[in-house]
Amino acid sequence: MSKIMRKIFKQLFQKPFTNLFPAKYAPNSVLKLFELLEEGEAELNPPIEIPPDFRGKLSYDTDKCIKCYQCKKVCPANVMEKDPDQDNYLVFYLSRCTSCSQCVDMCPVDAIEMTDDFLLADADKYNDNLILNSKKSPGELKTPEEE
Amino acid sequence: MSDDDKIEFNEGKDNVKLSKKDNSYSVPVGPINVALHEPLRLYFEEEGEEVIDVDIKPGFTHVGIEKIATKRNPLEFQPVTQRICGICSDTHGFTFVRSIEDALDFKPPLRSQYIRVIIAELERIHSHLLWAGSAAHEIGFDSLFYYIWKEREEVMDALEYVSGNRVNYEMNLVGGVRRDLTEERIVYLKKALNHYENIKEEIEETLINDTTVKMRTRDVGVLPKEKALDLASVGPTVRASGVKKDVRFGQGYSVYSEFDFEPITPQRIFNEVHGDVFDRIAVRVKEVAQSIRIIKKCIEDLPEGNIAYEENLGKLLTEIKSSGGYGFARTEAPRGELIHYTGSKEGEENMSVMKVRTPTYGNLLSLRPMLMGSEIADIPIVGASIDPCMTCMDRMIFVENGEKETYSKKELREISKEKTERLKK
Ligand code: SF4
Ligand code: SF4
Repeated sequence: MSKIMRKIFKQLFQKPFTNLFPAKYAPNSVLKLFELLEEGEAELNPPIEIPPDFRGKLSYDTDKCIKCYQCKKVCPANVMEKDPDQDNYLVFYLSRCTSCSQCVDMCPVDAIEMTDDFLLADADKYNDNLILNSKKSPGELKTPEEE
Repeated sequence: MSDDDKIEFNEGKDNVKLSKKDNSYSVPVGPINVALHEPLRLYFEEEGEEVIDVDIKPGFTHVGIEKIATKRNPLEFQPVTQRICGICSDTHGFTFVRSIEDALDFKPPLRSQYIRVIIAELERIHSHLLWAGSAAHEIGFDSLFYYIWKEREEVMDALEYVSGNRVNYEMNLVGGVRRDLTEERIVYLKKALNHYENIKEEIEETLINDTTVKMRTRDVGVLPKEKALDLASVGPTVRASGVKKDVRFGQGYSVYSEFDFEPITPQRIFNEVHGDVFDRIAVRVKEVAQSIRIIKKCIEDLPEGNIAYEENLGKLLTEIKSSGGYGFARTEAPRGELIHYTGSKEGEENMSVMKVRTPTYGNLLSLRPMLMGSEIADIPIVGASIDPCMTCMDRMIFVENGEKETYSKKELREISKEKTERLKK
């Protein structure tokens, strides 16, 4: 008891452990934050370092993809869909992605990769940020067909 | 008390059975209540402050994992199993891949088995510390709660460094693991383990030797040994009642059989068994220390070699498809024994059956003897002492036209007999 009490009292005089990312006082809107940053009124707090081989947001390279659709076979969340308008290349709906990286392991030509980007939270699941390789605007997206 | 003395009443769609006394009153709690962290409905019959009867009604968070499984192949489904539980995610993956390996007769390489055990034990450390923190919170000792959760960060960081993510580690693969333990990962791991060895005494002093914790939890929520055996409780709950039951050391799955460890019981710690909340705290704290020893041993003995039976997922999938069978695996999860049963037919890619029995399912009924005779103020800590995880537990629900149905043991036996007959044909 005494030991942890000593520790707890010591912590009273330490800085908080929480990293205030992205800024100490961030407004609700991200755009506003960018404005403040430009004006120099806000300061960006860097995020905590991510571990090596982190599983973040996917990236997809149509130049490499050979359309074998092996990745579709191991994806638990049906993230990829063939897009007939784009010569049957894949569209990725990342709001469903569980970051398991099985598609990355499966792809024979390394067309899919995991990046270090972790900013994936969004209120709108059809946001541009959450759809890879779509030529449609979010409003045009239909409910994806069931397999 | 015989069933005849009980009153039955229908609240919502639950048939509740409680025994009444002259001056007693019933208190329904849940499914949504400030004192509960997860949806569960409890009915208490109270006489003054004392609980004289309890009825437990689970079944609010069924997610349909079993059905999802039948639309996916084992590789595709393995990330989903880890989402059954957010705290012991690796254990579910571990059990699932072992049940598939059992069905298809795959032998994972020795190195991968060691890595699996290391991750499972790291997860036990994190789960037990998380529990200890929330137990401290339940007894109103919030500075202890923050202290323990701060120390827990170290193992979370280690898991994140080794596996790439903080919660769902994705380490398991049918026939092996997906990531190797490289030199630098081992260095990081050792750093975390040393940290825990340094603070071990501190944690034990504050949880086991502290008068506040002891006064609040000694002889509260007692589960006698006979009752624990009758109700087939599992995990730290049954061990705290003095039963040496631990799948890791009894059955010795994976590489556990190569280690010389004994299940931890209060007998070994205090030379006496009370079977109360305090014993459960002590067992879990000592298990953290045991896990550290297991991981150290694993790192020491870690053999060289492959980390997977087949690293090419495409080839692995073809192989899975060409063989079929039914598999079964048991694992000692942080909360107790976890069972997965899986099956697939030859030539078919998708699984045909998937069943899960989580530790909370085995432990939930022990809540009744624990709560009987306790006071209202003790209900949260007694409830928390089995480390319940409702979302993992709700495995079956039968709803037709909005009516919820409950099957009795006899009916269930009839149904399973019928099914066996059907399968025999
Ligand atoms: S990381 Fe997993 S969930 Fe995400 S797209 Fe790849 S396979 Fe699907
Ligand atoms: S596995 Fe790779 S090459 Fe094949 S379809 Fe998917 S992204 Fe394209």
